[in-house]
Amino acid sequence: MATTAEHAKGIGVAALRKEDRKFLTGRGRFVDDLKLPGMLHMAIVRSQFPHADITRIDTAAAAAMPGVTAVLTGDDLEFAAGVPCASNPTGNMVHPVRPPLAKGRVRHVGEPIAVVIAGDRYAARDAADAVEVSYAELPAVLDVEAARADGAPKVHEELDSNVALVLTHRTDGIDDAFSKAEVVVEHTIRNQRLIHVPIETRGVVADWNTANDELVVHSSTQVPHFLRTFLAIVCGVSEAKVRAIAPDVGGGFGSKLNAYAEEFIAAAASRKVGAPVKWIEERSEAMLATCHGRAQVAHMQLAATKDGKVLGMRANYVQDYGSYLQMLTPLISQLTFLMSPGAYAIPEVDVKVTNVYTNTVPTDALRGAGRPEATHAIERMMDILARELGMSRTEVRRRNFPVEFPFTTAIGLMYDSGDYAKTLDRLLELSDDKETFERRRTEAAARGKLLGRGLSTWVEVCGFVPSDVARNALGLTPGGWESSTVRMHPTGKITVITGTSPHGQGHATSWSQIVETELGVPFDDIEVIHGDTAFAPYGLGTYGSRSVAVGGTAVHLAASKVRDKARLVAAQMLEASPDDLDFEGGAFAVKGSPDKRTTIQEVAFRAWQAFGMPEGVTPGLDETVFFDPPNCVFPFGAHGCEVEVDRETGKVEITGYIAVDDCGNVINPMIVAGQVHGGVVHGIGQALYEIAEYDSGGQLVTGTLVDYLIPSAADVPHIETHRTVTPSPTNPLGVKGIGEAGTIAASPAVVGAVCDALGVRDLDMPLQPETVWKAIQKGGAA
Amino acid sequence: MKSAVTITVNGEPRTAEAEPRTLLVHLLREHLNLTGTHVGCDTSNCGACTVWLDGEAVKSCTLLAVQADGREVTTIEGISENGDLHPMQRAFHEHHALQCGYCTPGMVMTAIKLLEANPAPTDEEIRHGLEGNLCRCTGYENIVAAVRAASGVTV
Repeated sequence: MATTAEHAKGIGVAALRKEDRKFLTGRGRFVDDLKLPGMLHMAIVRSQFPHADITRIDTAAAAAMPGVTAVLTGDDLEFAAGVPCASNPTGNMVHPVRPPLAKGRVRHVGEPIAVVIAGDRYAARDAADAVEVSYAELPAVLDVEAARADGAPKVHEELDSNVALVLTHRTDGIDDAFSKAEVVVEHTIRNQRLIHVPIETRGVVADWNTANDELVVHSSTQVPHFLRTFLAIVCGVSEAKVRAIAPDVGGGFGSKLNAYAEEFIAAAASRKVGAPVKWIEERSEAMLATCHGRAQVAHMQLAATKDGKVLGMRANYVQDYGSYLQMLTPLISQLTFLMSPGAYAIPEVDVKVTNVYTNTVPTDALRGAGRPEATHAIERMMDILARELGMSRTEVRRRNFPVEFPFTTAIGLMYDSGDYAKTLDRLLELSDDKETFERRRTEAAARGKLLGRGLSTWVEVCGFVPSDVARNALGLTPGGWESSTVRMHPTGKITVITGTSPHGQGHATSWSQIVETELGVPFDDIEVIHGDTAFAPYGLGTYGSRSVAVGGTAVHLAASKVRDKARLVAAQMLEASPDDLDFEGGAFAVKGSPDKRTTIQEVAFRAWQAFGMPEGVTPGLDETVFFDPPNCVFPFGAHGCEVEVDRETGKVEITGYIAVDDCGNVINPMIVAGQVHGGVVHGIGQALYEIAEYDSGGQLVTGTLVDYLIPSAADVPHIETHRTVTPSPTNPLGVKGIGEAGTIAASPAVVGAVCDALGVRDLDMPLQPETVWKAIQKGGAA
Repeated sequence: MKSAVTITVNGEPRTAEAEPRTLLVHLLREHLNLTGTHVGCDTSNCGACTVWLDGEAVKSCTLLAVQADGREVTTIEGISENGDLHPMQRAFHEHHALQCGYCTPGMVMTAIKLLEANPAPTDEEIRHGLEGNLCRCTGYENIVAAVRAASGVTV
C-alpha cells in the first residue's frame, strides 16, 4: 500500500478514513440500532407459492396473540400507486402494477401478503407464523425457456406474453461481415442468477406523525432522495412532508438501489397504527425477497479473419426479469446491450436482448449491473476465438483494441479515453513469462494439480449519466446529475453536503481531499454529510460507479465557487483587484506583496460579518452546485488470474491474481485499491461459488448462507493491484469510477484460467468442484 | 416466562429480564443497548455477532442469553481503553480493513482471539482463522494485512 496519511494533504494521498473510528468502536448507527419512543416491530407473511390466488387470509389467531397491535393485509393499507419502476428503455413498455402488499394474486415465493405489528420482534414473528393464508395455486413459469414456450402460463395476465421487452440494434454491414469471415465462432454463455448479500440486510424505521402528516423514514438505502420521492408518490403524501434518511448502511452492491414494497408498507403501517414501525429483514427473507441479479444467457457469434481481426458480432441475450419490475430492472440488460462489444473495435454488430417475466424474485442491479454480463460474454468469446485460431489470448485481444480515443462503438457509445494496450502490457510485465509458467505447470502436474491462466481486458461505462442520455437513450425517469454544497462556517470550518449516499465507499474522506485541494484548508476541518433529505439538496445517490465522476465533480465545482467568491471578498479586504491576488496554501495574497494576505478562514468570517461587501456580493460562503456530466466515463484494465485445479476433486484454488486498472486520476489510492479488492472477490464469488437456484416447485433452494456460498477469507487469494493513469476528459478532476471494476473484470479471468487448466473451450459458472470434476471426467486435461 | 439474567458485560455486572429463547445478541443489543454487535444472518455463518464469552470468541446469535448467565461477555464497546483504540482496531484503520463497517466489530473480535491463539500466523493461517466471519466489501485483502500488522510479523 502507498504511504498512508492520518491528516491528508489533498487529492492523490492515501488518506486514512475519517469514517473508521465509529465503526471500529461499535458506534456506527445502522437502521437496526435505532429506537424511537413507542416503536413497534413489523414481521411479514410471505407467499409460499410462486404463482397463486390468495383465497383467504385468516388473521384472527395472530391478532389475538400477546403483544400484537395489528395484523394488516392488502385490504387494510391503501396506496396511491404501485411499487415504482423508473426505467422504460423504449418509452412504450408496459409496467405491470404491483401493489406493495399483494392484492389477490402473488407471483413469486416470498412476495409480501400480510404484516404483523407487535411490541417486539419475537412477538411479531410468532404472530406472523400464525396468520393462515389459503391459496389456489396457478401454473408457474420458473425459467426463461418455460416462460417463452407456446401456451406458457402468463406471469401478468394483462400482458400479451411473458416477453416484457425486446431491444435490437443492427448495423447495415453485419451480414457482409459474416459472409466475408474466415472464421466464425459461436457459443452460449450463462451468467447465473446471483444474490447480493450485503452483510447488513435491508431495514426500515418508518415514523408517520399523523398529527401533522409528516413521514420520516430511516432506511438502509443507497438512494434516500429517490426513496423520498417514491414514498410521496406511493403513499400519497406531499413530498415536502417526507424526510428520508440513510443512516450508516452496511453494504448494498445494488440491492439497496431500489424503493421496495417493504419501505412503503412500513410507512403505511406506521400511519395506520400511529406509532413508529421498525422492520429488519432476516437473512432468509433477504434471499427470498430482496432483488436478485444477473440471470442472463448470451448466445454469441463472432466473425473474424484468420489473423484474428473481429469483423462482426451477433449477440442475442435473454434476460430473466423475475416477476415484477423493480426500480431499474429494465436498465440492467440494456447496459449489457450497450457494452456488448466490450473493449474491442468491432465494426458490425447485431445485438438483441429479450427480457422475460418468470415467477421468481425480480432481478435488478448487482455490482456491475449488466456490464459483468456483457464482459463475461465477450471475454469468453475472445478466448474461444483465440483457441479456434490457435492464437494467443492476449494477441487476439490486442489486435482488436481501439486505438484512437474518444472511440465511438458500433452501438453508439463514445468511450471517453483509454489506452487498453498499456494495461495489458503492464499485466504481462507483472506475470510470469510463458516458459516459467510452463515449467511450473509441469511441476504441478506431477503433484496432481492442473495449472491454468486466464485474463480479461475489460472496459465499462459508468459515472451515470448525462440527463439527456438518461432520458433519450436510456428511457430513465430521473436525470443523472449530482449535487453538492460546500459551506464555510464563520469559524472557518467546512461542511460539505453531498447528494451521493456512500455505504462503504469512503466519501467523507475522498470528498474532504477534494475540498482540501481546492480551498487549502486542513483535512480535519472538513465534515461531509450525506444521506438525509432534510439537510441536503436533491441528490441521486450512490450506484453504477458514479459517485466520484459526478458527485465528486459537484464537490469540486462547489468548492471552486466558494473560492471564486472568497476571492472577491478578499480583494475588498486587501484593497486590491481580484485579478491581482494569488491563492496558495489556503490564503489570498497580493501579487508581488506576499505580506498583504488573508486566509480563506478570515475571509469566511468577514463574509459572515458581511459589512462592506463588494458591490453585488451576497453574505456568506455557501455554494451549491448541480453538475450534469457531459458524458459517461469508461474505466478499463487488464486482469490476470492463475489457478490450480485438483485433478481428483475438481476443486479450484486461485493461486495468483493481478489487477491492472485505469480509472483516470485518483483521489485516494488506498480507497481505490480497496474497491478493486472487494470487486474482484465479488467476481470470484460468481465465477466459483455463487448461484441462486429454484426447484421445480418455485422454491428457492439457496435460501440461507449455508446454501448460498459467498467467499470467505480462506476461499480467495492475495490480490495484487496496479494502475495506469489515463485521465478522463469528461470531468475537471479527470476521474472515472472504480467500485464495480473488479467484479466486471474477474469472472472471465477466473473461468478462462480454469478452462486453460483443463484445456476445455468453456464452462458454465459457478465452477464448483462438481462442475470441474465432471469436466475432467469428460476428458478435460486428458 | 421471563427471568433475570446477570452477565458481566465489559467488566460491569448487568442484569436484564429475558425470555428463555432470547438470543444473547438480542439481549446485548436491545436490552443493554450495546449495538456495536451486529446480526448479519440467521445460520451462524457470517460472524458479525462475534463477542467474547469468558475470553473465547463466540457467535452471540448462536447462544441463548440464559446460557451466558453468571459469565463474562466482552463486546466491541469494551476493548478500547481510555479512548485509545486496541492495537487491532488501529491496525484495521491503518490498513483500510473496513469499508461499510458492518462486519467490522465481529471481525475485530475474532482477529484479536486469532492472534492470542497464534501470535505469529502465516497469511494462510490468518485466512483460515477468519473463515467464520464474512465481509462483502474488502475482499479480505486488507483485513489479512491488518491482522498481520497487528501480529508484528513482517513478510
